[in-house]
Amino acid sequence: MYKGPFVCTGCALLCDDIAAEIQDNRIIRVDTACRKGVSRIKGCSSPMSCMVNGKAVDIDTAIKEAAMILKSSKHPLIFGHGNCTLETQKKTIELARKIYAHIDDTSSFCQGPLIEAILNEKLPTCTLEEVRHKADVVIFWGADPSNSHPRHLSMYSYFPRGKERQRGWEEDRTAITIDIRKSDTAALCGDKFYEIPINGDSEFINALFSALSNKVPKTSFNMDPKKILELANILKKSDFGVIFAGLGMVYSLDSLEPLLRLINKLNETSKFYLIPMVGQYNMRGFDHTLFKETGYINRVYFGREKIEHGPQHSIIELINNNVVDAALIIGSDPLASLPGEIAKKLANVPLITIDPCNNLTSQRSKVTISSALSGVECAGTAIRMDGVEVTLKQIIETDRFSDEQIIKQIMGKI
Amino acid sequence: MPSLMEIYQMLPKTNCKKCGKATCMAFAVDLLARKINIDECTPLKEEKYRTAYEKLKEMITPVGALTETGFLVHEDKCIGCGNCVVACPVNVVADPEGTASGRAPSNDKVIIVIKDGIVRPVNIQECRRFGPNKTLCYACIDTCPTKAIEFV
Repeated sequence: MYKGPFVCTGCALLCDDIAAEIQDNRIIRVDTACRKGVSRIKGCSSPMSCMVNGKAVDIDTAIKEAAMILKSSKHPLIFGHGNCTLETQKKTIELARKIYAHIDDTSSFCQGPLIEAILNEKLPTCTLEEVRHKADVVIFWGADPSNSHPRHLSMYSYFPRGKERQRGWEEDRTAITIDIRKSDTAALCGDKFYEIPINGDSEFINALFSALSNKVPKTSFNMDPKKILELANILKKSDFGVIFAGLGMVYSLDSLEPLLRLINKLNETSKFYLIPMVGQYNMRGFDHTLFKETGYINRVYFGREKIEHGPQHSIIELINNNVVDAALIIGSDPLASLPGEIAKKLANVPLITIDPCNNLTSQRSKVTISSALSGVECAGTAIRMDGVEVTLKQIIETDRFSDEQIIKQIMGKI
Repeated sequence: MPSLMEIYQMLPKTNCKKCGKATCMAFAVDLLARKINIDECTPLKEEKYRTAYEKLKEMITPVGALTETGFLVHEDKCIGCGNCVVACPVNVVADPEGTASGRAPSNDKVIIVIKDGIVRPVNIQECRRFGPNKTLCYACIDTCPTKAIEFV
């Protein structure tokens, strides 16, 4: 049976035009999605089962054990949420309040600063639909969407013909890449590729700022001033410009001050917006949810007296200072993404993993609880990289519980 | 897609005629068009040409499921980004609301679509490179980030 449209949860683009061929409750073909999306929708190659101390158990025993660990812990940490629905995220925040836990997500070491600035209205942003219909200049800064978000250029940012951009990429749009290497995306931008050295972003911003102020731009890495002046001219003439900020830019800037200065300068002559290139499909959703409830996007400690927030409550600092004595990992794989030293320390803490698939973290966990694959085996809502809420649909049936039901049951047992 | 000169540079350039062609350049032309097999150049098997032979083997991938119009997709390279589907001028005319706007195709007149994460030809005979008024269109080749499409 050929059905659709479904929403793909392979990355934070949340493409909503996916069709699937289903036979006997199995997905046998996925259309329109990229390879990343197809492998997500077709399910795990190695599904996770419920285990306690390496022994297979039924789900009730695993949930009971998880509840016991969390109950007896003095400083539990709840981490992950990138691959969970908004409904699950609300529940985990409720659980964190109940057990006085630290709560954090991957944004504390990736796109957090940008999302925080956007939510506090320091950075102007727009939706991807506006990009499709209006944008004439798109800048991929420290990002390589051809690999991280394969349909980014074809669905929204460069190739499609929009209402005000009828001639599409050939004449109406200019794509620019600023990166430390010639990525696959940079190859598509032709001569509009600006290669900068590692950590050279802030210096490049300053040079571009001078060029926008009609001064001769100078850089220590000797980029041709004419090239920067040419870029400044393109930006000045733009009607609707968008900067897609990737991790390359976020990691290189010590503070957002140079970026804010650049955006303000650009907005003196034209309209410029910024969209963070969020990776996991609902990482931005967690930041929005926590922001709504506490006023902070991540690194929160629900203490007995008050809610605390700060860098000392980030997963890195908590693990480094040996604060945490148990951790619940949901919809994430921190052992694979954290620096080696921190990951080693985290692996020694009693871990509870809730995930549909086996991963490095689940292999080192004391308790693993298998859940339904969100966006495929259960429905929900999520927030796209540009802040738009998208409803996820269920594609096939499953007898596994959703993340939300598992968290509810754990809360019931505590 | 490798160029003719890239292939020629890898060959022995001795014009030995062992392959039955008059020159190495003629062999390169046929190799690019997949009319001849690399192994038919016997001197290439010699030890001193080993690296060149291996490189050529990698460059000249087997044609496999080739359409009658010569549109060839390297499935191991294609990531299903859909840049070619959206950029293809024939698709734009056939489906302005669907593929031309970056979305899933809304009719069956389009000539390339993404199925199971890989680009697949349908109605490829409508491609601008074929028929009586053919033009040398590069839209799908130029927009591919992984160089997965070629015409042979």
